[in-house]
Amino acid sequence: MLARLVLILALTLLAARPAGAQGFAGLGSTAAAEGFATPSPETRLSFPRDHGPHPDFRIEWWYLTANLTGPDGTDYGVQWTLFRTALTPGEAEGWTSPQIWMGHAAATTPQHHFFAERLARGGIGQAGVHSDPFDAWIDDWQMMGEDLDSLRLTARGAEFTYDLALTAEGPLVLQGINGYSVKSADGQASHYYSQPHYKIEGTLTLPSGPVAVSGQGWLDREWSSQPLAADQEGWDWFSLSFDSGARLMGFRLRGARGDFTSGTWIAPDGSATPLAPGAFQAAPLELADVAGRQIPIRWRVTLPERGLDIEVSPLNRQSWMGTRFPYWEGPVHVTGSHKGRGYLEMTGYE
Amino acid sequence: MLQIENVSKTYPGARPVLQGVSLHLDAGETLALTGESGSGKSTLLHLAGALDGFDNGEITLDGTRLSRLDDSGRAALRRGCVALVFQQFNLIPSLTVAQNLSFHARLAGRQDPAWTKDLTERLGLGELGARYPEQLSGGQQQRVAIGRALAARPALLLADEPTGNLDETASNAVLDLMLELVRDSGPALFLVTHSERIAARLDRRAHLSGGRIA
Amino acid sequence: MIGAACQALASHWRRHPLQLGTLLAGLALATALWSAVQAINAEARASYARAASQIGGATLDVLEAPGGPMSRARYVALRRAGWQLSPVLEGRTRLGEEQVTLLGLDPLTHPPLPAFEAAMQADQAVLAQMLTQRGLLLAPPELVAALSDVPGLPPLRASDSVPPGMVITDIGLAERLLARPGQIDRLLILPQQPMQLTPLDQLAPDLQRRASRAGADTARLTDSFHLNLTAFGLLSFAVGLFIVHGTVGLAFEQRRAMVRTLRALGLPVRLLAGLMLAELLALALVGGLLGLGLGYLVAAALLPDVAATLRGLYGAPVAGGLSLRPSWIAGGLAMALLGTLAASAQALWRMLRMPLLSAPGLQAWAQRAAQGDRRMALAGLGLIASGIAALGLVKGLIGGFALIGGLMLGAALLLPPILAALLGLGRHLTRGPLGEWLWADTRAQLPGIGLALMALLLALAANIGVGTMVSSFRLTFTGWLDQRLVSELYLTARDDAQGAEIVRWLAPRSDAVLPIRAAEFTVQGNPVTVYGVVDHPTYRDNWPLLEHGPDAWAQVNAGQAVFINEQLARRADLWTGDAVQLAPGWVLPVAGIYSDYGNPTGQAITALPALLAHARAVPNRRFGVRIAPGAVPDLIEALRAKFDLPASALIDQAGLKSRSLAVFDKTFVVTGALNLLTLGVAGFAILTSLLTLWSLRLPQLAPVWALGLTRGRLARLELARSLLLATFTALLALPLGLALAWVLLAVINVQAFGWRLPMFLFPLDWLRLFVLALLAAGLAAALPARRLYRLPPSELLKVFANAR
Repeated sequence: MLARLVLILALTLLAARPAGAQGFAGLGSTAAAEGFATPSPETRLSFPRDHGPHPDFRIEWWYLTANLTGPDGTDYGVQWTLFRTALTPGEAEGWTSPQIWMGHAAATTPQHHFFAERLARGGIGQAGVHSDPFDAWIDDWQMMGEDLDSLRLTARGAEFTYDLALTAEGPLVLQGINGYSVKSADGQASHYYSQPHYKIEGTLTLPSGPVAVSGQGWLDREWSSQPLAADQEGWDWFSLSFDSGARLMGFRLRGARGDFTSGTWIAPDGSATPLAPGAFQAAPLELADVAGRQIPIRWRVTLPERGLDIEVSPLNRQSWMGTRFPYWEGPVHVTGSHKGRGYLEMTGYE
Repeated sequence: MLQIENVSKTYPGARPVLQGVSLHLDAGETLALTGESGSGKSTLLHLAGALDGFDNGEITLDGTRLSRLDDSGRAALRRGCVALVFQQFNLIPSLTVAQNLSFHARLAGRQDPAWTKDLTERLGLGELGARYPEQLSGGQQQRVAIGRALAARPALLLADEPTGNLDETASNAVLDLMLELVRDSGPALFLVTHSERIAARLDRRAHLSGGRIA
Repeated sequence: MIGAACQALASHWRRHPLQLGTLLAGLALATALWSAVQAINAEARASYARAASQIGGATLDVLEAPGGPMSRARYVALRRAGWQLSPVLEGRTRLGEEQVTLLGLDPLTHPPLPAFEAAMQADQAVLAQMLTQRGLLLAPPELVAALSDVPGLPPLRASDSVPPGMVITDIGLAERLLARPGQIDRLLILPQQPMQLTPLDQLAPDLQRRASRAGADTARLTDSFHLNLTAFGLLSFAVGLFIVHGTVGLAFEQRRAMVRTLRALGLPVRLLAGLMLAELLALALVGGLLGLGLGYLVAAALLPDVAATLRGLYGAPVAGGLSLRPSWIAGGLAMALLGTLAASAQALWRMLRMPLLSAPGLQAWAQRAAQGDRRMALAGLGLIASGIAALGLVKGLIGGFALIGGLMLGAALLLPPILAALLGLGRHLTRGPLGEWLWADTRAQLPGIGLALMALLLALAANIGVGTMVSSFRLTFTGWLDQRLVSELYLTARDDAQGAEIVRWLAPRSDAVLPIRAAEFTVQGNPVTVYGVVDHPTYRDNWPLLEHGPDAWAQVNAGQAVFINEQLARRADLWTGDAVQLAPGWVLPVAGIYSDYGNPTGQAITALPALLAHARAVPNRRFGVRIAPGAVPDLIEALRAKFDLPASALIDQAGLKSRSLAVFDKTFVVTGALNLLTLGVAGFAILTSLLTLWSLRLPQLAPVWALGLTRGRLARLELARSLLLATFTALLALPLGLALAWVLLAVINVQAFGWRLPMFLFPLDWLRLFVLALLAAGLAAALPARRLYRLPPSELLKVFANAR
């Protein structure tokens, strides 16, 4: 998920294209100089406070993906993401707020992929997050509830809308050590926790009409002030839920200095084990033409220490997010040594 | 060469100018047409030169029947086989003497530089080539007009009182020159004059009176 | 054959270079003034279009609150209901010494905007800078240059994609600079909306949705201005064509003999026609190209003033720079070609239909022209009648200009017959042979110089007409300013809070403080500014009411009626006693109509409490202060010291009046310049007519000379003759000019601006113009007269030697 830092930093530039790593190279080292807070291993996360925003950090997100099934057995995928980025640290009232918010929502079916994007200024109430009771919103998109265990999720685009009820069936998972997640040998890190145990019921409305859906969801919460290394051009990120109840988060950062992989193994009881760098392996099996570029659409994923050797294939090959910063994000099926479902995100394919 | 048979001409709203005139002219022959003012001699000349149409009869010029020609056919005939010398000199004022001299020949597409040069010398215009008509005397201007007519080597030269605007000395000199050149280059000459003295110098003469050949 | 014929035709121009020059000059002048006006219009229109595209959202519908801005909370509420909207805050403000339109946008939600795209292309940090506290102003380069030394401004960045006179910035910075925190003027409705939205008329029934009018407003307001310019261009073109017509006519006349000779020598008439047509077109092309060059220079010289006018009068974004457009070049050349053909058709036709055998000479031409006098008189009367009919049939500006066109051209055609009659009369009244000869000879000369005199008539009449219109307007405007600007001091506070503070402070120090507060409403689809006034004798005693009902002020002050300005009354056809709907549920009777020359848009006044009841967030920052005039300077000093107000925030009455008059004068700078140029062209037409007539006139002068008149005497007579003709023409131009002025004031102005002005007469201006006309005619005649004076007798003798 570190890779998503790039995505959110792209927001500060609102560039029409993924601006390549060189655009961000200097930002990490100057984060402190610009007055942004930096993640510290001493920090102990506290809830519900830390469900809310951290305006002194440059970047932050509330990132939910869900694998759903309709009454006829059709699989669906849903994405709901709220990004926050600060032009300068801190918050202010009115238009002068330095906080910028961006929302991405998507609904994926085997045949279609619908998506929408929202942008908003902080300080005027058009977007924001409250921690207690929990409420995260941008325009009419909303994720709200008494606390994080029970949420109502809505979003709407030109061709889809959804209204889902989320119930957590397991504990929060602190990634890394106590939620302090070291991301590279260079020392970049973030505060990072997840709620991968949501059970979901609700309605997904598509151009063909409303569908009652149910399934499971995964929420990621992360904030930091530091971006990627200069040579990194993109990433492939997997969040997989197996029929056994175990879960795997793993990613591969593609860089000139070689790929960097890492991840977390989450046991059915919710206990998490960070993966050693290099333990997680992902290799493309098939490329497909998506939005005019070649994108690896089927993967072989291995984690020898868990006896894992699986094939990951998409529900819909054309799960392309044609947003200001375009990327591939969609639901996947898992077959092989483990069976299950999950989400795949791929960026940086020109 | 030129056959005029029973030709009549009446201008609208006026009494008849020509009433059944017949006349002929052979190649190389010179003919003087005399008559009082208003007798219709200039009109007859104009008809012979295909400058104007006629009401009855027929004029045959170099084998072409004029009554059958339209405006452009008459223009082509004027260009090709007729040349004109008028009482007024009718030079183009904005062209030089040399340009005026060769003008008709160039228009007809029959320019003969040697002949033009010869003509220029014999007309005594050699020194005046770069001048404009208004810078010449009347006699000189009429010599340019004669030169222009002959340079095109016409089959028929029509002259309407060519010396009418000149004094007697100039008149004699110009007439001598014209007749000499006509003899040397061979066109037929149809000359209108009111002067018996001039008429006497041509091969034949005809007299027009009241619109008829007397 | 063709070569020889071409040489003969061309040789005429080589022998008459002056004639050639005149023809080309006439064509060039006609094309120049016409294409200059076209270039100015095209540039202005391109500016509007560019500005509309640069401001963005030109094709989007907008959502507005009637009677004032809406709150930011309103925007957020609609956003949170799912509607994809983008807020805009716009206002006029003064930065340093520059009056600018400040456009505040939210760059995150606004549709792609050229200014942003270009700025970010150059520097990706632009957006971040724009959204943060420091802020960034995007302005056109010339404005950035003008503002670079102004202290305390946010950082400026030059952008070619920002319309002239405009500053684009983030809405957050705009609220601070305009002192309008939390306000939004309108919401752009973005093209893509999510599904299943609650309709806007349920969510926000009080907001009005309307189609975008970006650019359309400007176009509508400035249309009349451009039509005016076009009319002037056409007038100049017509005057220039008179020169062409006259010169071509003479040139063909002089070539009659040549044409006859060419045809006698056997050149087919059809070929000759083709060659002469080709010759004309070649001349038109050369003259047209010269004219385009000249027109470009004229346009470039005039454009800055036009741009200033359009910006000042209409707030229309026009830059002072001129660009060369292919369509403009093609249009100018086409005008030159068509104009030449129109001006030459008659001469060409006559030449080709000329019989091969007939007596040549100028007399024939003159005789024919004289025969044509009666026909011309009839045609002239017909034109005038059809102009009047056109006004009846076609309403609006077009009808008005048709009337002017008919009037002017008809009068021009009537001129030669009238002059002929006058000269005939003069001859009857004169005793003595010389006098008789002079009158008769002048009469004989008329056909040759008549066209030039027509040009002079048109130019003089246009000058008198437009001059009378402008001067009447100015006089009315000055009087109106005196009525309208009664307060001794006008001040603008930084914001409402400071405004309130200043009012408190001023209360014991002045006779009265009159708030100037207004909100915008829509009446019959057009914006109308409604002012709320307090009950004070300042208004009752001075307001320039054109008409009013009984007890009008009492009703207005009670908020039970409105006064509306004349342009609103005319445009919406609302008069005293009618009811006007200013907003849903706010209908008031019209208590009276007042004159308003300050702006082209609709306006109304009513009592302040009534306005405040129907409009939200009406700014309270502008005030008129009543105080003894002598105390104004001290008060200004005290106010500036106490409230830290910039110099531009405090304007005394005299300063405001002079500024208003400066804007007014600037508006008519171009009119004046075109007027003068037209007169110059007419003077040139006279000169060229006289010069081309010169050689043809010698045979007429020589006998008189031979009879014992000295050349000096003849020269003086020639001069006197020109002055005589110019005098007659100028005298005839006066009634025509006054008629023109009346049409401009009573028809054109009403249509263009929506107000009717009283007409005043300015005899001193006429005298000045009269002297100018005589001077032009005298100068034009002086050159040929001097030539005559110096002419060797041998030249005159030649006339007798060279019998024609």
